[in-house]
Amino acid sequence: MEITPEIIDRHGIKPEEYKKIISLIGKKPNMLELGIFSAMWNEHCSYKSSKKYLKSLPTKNEKVIQGPGENAGVIDIGDNDAIVFKIESHNHPSFIEPYQGAATGVGGILRDVFTMGARPIAILNSIHFGSHEHPKTKNLLNGVVSGIGGYGNCIGVPTVGGEVKFDSSYNENILVNAMAVGLVKKDKIFYSKAKGYNQPVIYVGSKTGRDGIHGASMASAEFDENAESKKPTVQVGDPFTEKLLLEACLELMKDDSIISIQDMGAAGLTSSSIEMASKGNLGIEINLNKIPCREKKMTPYEMMLSESQERMLLIINSEKIESAKKIFVKWGLDFSVIGKTTNTKNLILNFNDEEVAKLPLSALSDDVPIYDRKWEKNKAPLKKKLQIDYKSFKILESLKKILMSPNNAEKSWVWEQYDQTVMGDTIQKSGGDSAVVRIHGKNKGVAITVDSSAHYCLANPIIGGKQIVSECWRNLISVGASPIAITNCLNFGNPEKDKIMGQFVECVDGISQACVYLDFPVVSGNVSFYNETKNKAISPTPTIGGVGLIKNLDTMMTNNIKEIGSFILVIGKTLGHLNQSEFFREVVGIKDGPPPAVNLFNEKNNGLLVQNLISKKLLNSVHDVSSGGILFALTEMCMSGNIGVKIKIPNNKIMPHEYLFGEDQSRYLIEVNEKNKNEVCKTLEKNSIFYEMLGKTQKDSLVLDKEFNIKLNDLVEINSSWFKSYFKEN
Amino acid sequence: MKSSVIVFPGSNCDRDIAVALEKFQIKNQMIWHNDASLPKSDLVVLPGGFSYGDYLRTGCIASKSKILDDVIKHAKNGGLLLGICNGFQILTETGLLPGVLLRNKKLRFLSKNVFLKVINFNNRFCHNYKKKDTIELPIAHNEGNYFANEKEIKKLEDNDLIAFKYSDKEGNINENTNPNGSSQNIAGILNNKKNILGMMPHPERLIDPLLSGEDGSLMFESLIKS
Repeated sequence: MEITPEIIDRHGIKPEEYKKIISLIGKKPNMLELGIFSAMWNEHCSYKSSKKYLKSLPTKNEKVIQGPGENAGVIDIGDNDAIVFKIESHNHPSFIEPYQGAATGVGGILRDVFTMGARPIAILNSIHFGSHEHPKTKNLLNGVVSGIGGYGNCIGVPTVGGEVKFDSSYNENILVNAMAVGLVKKDKIFYSKAKGYNQPVIYVGSKTGRDGIHGASMASAEFDENAESKKPTVQVGDPFTEKLLLEACLELMKDDSIISIQDMGAAGLTSSSIEMASKGNLGIEINLNKIPCREKKMTPYEMMLSESQERMLLIINSEKIESAKKIFVKWGLDFSVIGKTTNTKNLILNFNDEEVAKLPLSALSDDVPIYDRKWEKNKAPLKKKLQIDYKSFKILESLKKILMSPNNAEKSWVWEQYDQTVMGDTIQKSGGDSAVVRIHGKNKGVAITVDSSAHYCLANPIIGGKQIVSECWRNLISVGASPIAITNCLNFGNPEKDKIMGQFVECVDGISQACVYLDFPVVSGNVSFYNETKNKAISPTPTIGGVGLIKNLDTMMTNNIKEIGSFILVIGKTLGHLNQSEFFREVVGIKDGPPPAVNLFNEKNNGLLVQNLISKKLLNSVHDVSSGGILFALTEMCMSGNIGVKIKIPNNKIMPHEYLFGEDQSRYLIEVNEKNKNEVCKTLEKNSIFYEMLGKTQKDSLVLDKEFNIKLNDLVEINSSWFKSYFKEN
Repeated sequence: MKSSVIVFPGSNCDRDIAVALEKFQIKNQMIWHNDASLPKSDLVVLPGGFSYGDYLRTGCIASKSKILDDVIKHAKNGGLLLGICNGFQILTETGLLPGVLLRNKKLRFLSKNVFLKVINFNNRFCHNYKKKDTIELPIAHNEGNYFANEKEIKKLEDNDLIAFKYSDKEGNINENTNPNGSSQNIAGILNNKKNILGMMPHPERLIDPLLSGEDGSLMFESLIKS
């Protein structure tokens, strides 16, 4: 078949990239070779637009065992335990086919984690949908949630937390970001780098079918009105097989049979074989007749580009083949020796005794074009003096409006579809500041959270980037953890547009600044560009997944108020920043203006002090103050503890609305009992930490002095009403 | 006391139940579904999970596993047999317990803590619950909607074979306290000899104060005391 410019274009390869391919390999590629280039050189796999900026992110601290570049990042949590984690997007497929798209997103990220030898212990997710009024939203929400649950529940890993958000910028491009966390012994971590030539290359897992062909290329382009027609590029998941694959791999990993291992994710067999060989500075030769196929008459092109799920590529010590095979046969999985490593530094594919492709590996991985794309600085909006008649927005009515808005509504409709307690170690599930999962058999745990704040990032990408890392850090502190590292999923529009590229560059800058300052490095992640349809891009949405350690679970903290007659203090200064707040967006209807400033110095100081107070067991409960401000955070504490509070605004320099709904950063609400009050206040003063006394806890109602008094049951009812009415239940 | 937990391809609560049994000093062995014979056991547990990926029908393929012959023999000889969640589904598929487990009424997976009223205390699994009006345990299932025809339900009621019913904290049993649409709010049932218990809730997930409760522990304490 002749390679025409149309065929090149359909493979997402630009004319100048095609020229580069010819010069790199010294010949015109055949169809199979072109397909392989398209799989390796697309944005999703090559990071060609983002690489330059990702390099600026800090990736190391004393706890980091493995940073970006492997299947997932790894951190040390002491006692020979290590935590493996990563977040990844599955946005494009989930929009086309929400159930399978989301399910295989979970499946893919779990494989990244157990490929490294870790048993997955938790799944989290961040999902963004269009406006709740958009005709597609309900179906997409329903499909994505049941897809995430369908996969995680079946494989038996608890889904312990996440976030669900709605905004019209996602109307035609939803976001599905899935994070997985696994536990491994520090001396039993497996890597993807191949070692030694003439070693057998083994294919295990499911058979290869025709699903997901060109999935990664599809995810590297914008959608048009024919997005539906891309359904065949969506993979189909089978969590049952993945469970078998997980158990078989972990069983094989008990000894030293495996030299290297790589899951077949995006770009399937192509990317996994090339990555293993090129990391090991070797070559690889594959006999495609040995690939277990699900369908008849599959061509080399289809086999190499299929993204069928639940498959792994292993390089095994040649003496261990028989014992390894036994394990996979026991679990009912395919096991096929498909080739070997070589010292040629080439990828060679044979089919029906013919060489069907021969490509130098360096051309596929090292020589990927790297773009220094043009970008435009974002015009940061300035704070304007606004003439708002605050009196016309009654505080209680405003709170109710926020509580029943889709973004702030109670989300048990979602969480209850996820098995959160399987494995018996989920100590805090969805609803807390972070999830907490116990390290099996020990009295320590990891705190995990996923956060994003797209409208802050849209208003000011640098501040937004800083804010989201800070919020993630704060959420970990709030449960008594020491934050260690993050993984990030960077969701943006089309990077070929200067404005979008500018959002990306500046968000990464903000993330980097906060990560450096807080010693909170990035150990893994992924970039998802082209979240754009018909020229309309999503809001820039970096999603941050953070992990921290709770050395002793006796000092773990929760956010529910514990006792009547204790005191609520606000840690950190309240300036009353309302631009980009939930109050402005949901109640007043103002959506412009700058996000709240982030002062990393205060962030760190306030956080470390709260951490210190928690570790000394001086606090009853802690909650970070973020979107919705003090009043919303306080309401959540009351509702989850079923104890009320009577408050009086301690600051009369700003309007009550500014005090109660302002979204200034670096703040926490803490509950302190009578006995510890003096010591806590003294410690705060000694360390020059700004705090204010907000109120005192009391029985079952929330009271604002001279303003309102409402029963908690009513607030709970309002907060849980939105999902019920959206899905017309009860 | 000796126990065996049967592991099917796709079981995923096998480790959790093993942890619980061992916590209460029950000597446990994990038995692979394809093994030919069951070691001598006082208690056999069919754990929760998705045996065979729930393909065909929940519990159906597992009920035809090789080891099941011995499990059925064990139960017919009066040995204790506990099926939790998917294990309960397998028990109804084998015919050891009557009825079937349909999809939840709202056609969604449901994972949450629920309250249960213990209806029958006079069995080896539940006598420790006498001191409690209601207990709290997690459920996590997509097919937990217990259904049996009127005759079977009447038989269960007449012979006092209903172990648990979904309720509220105060023990009220009605439509509002029924999470999944089960007939008569049934959450767990016994066989005639009361040596077999099938239940949808997961006692093995609440055996530790850190896990928000210990009502599951009471069942394992019942088993070792009897």
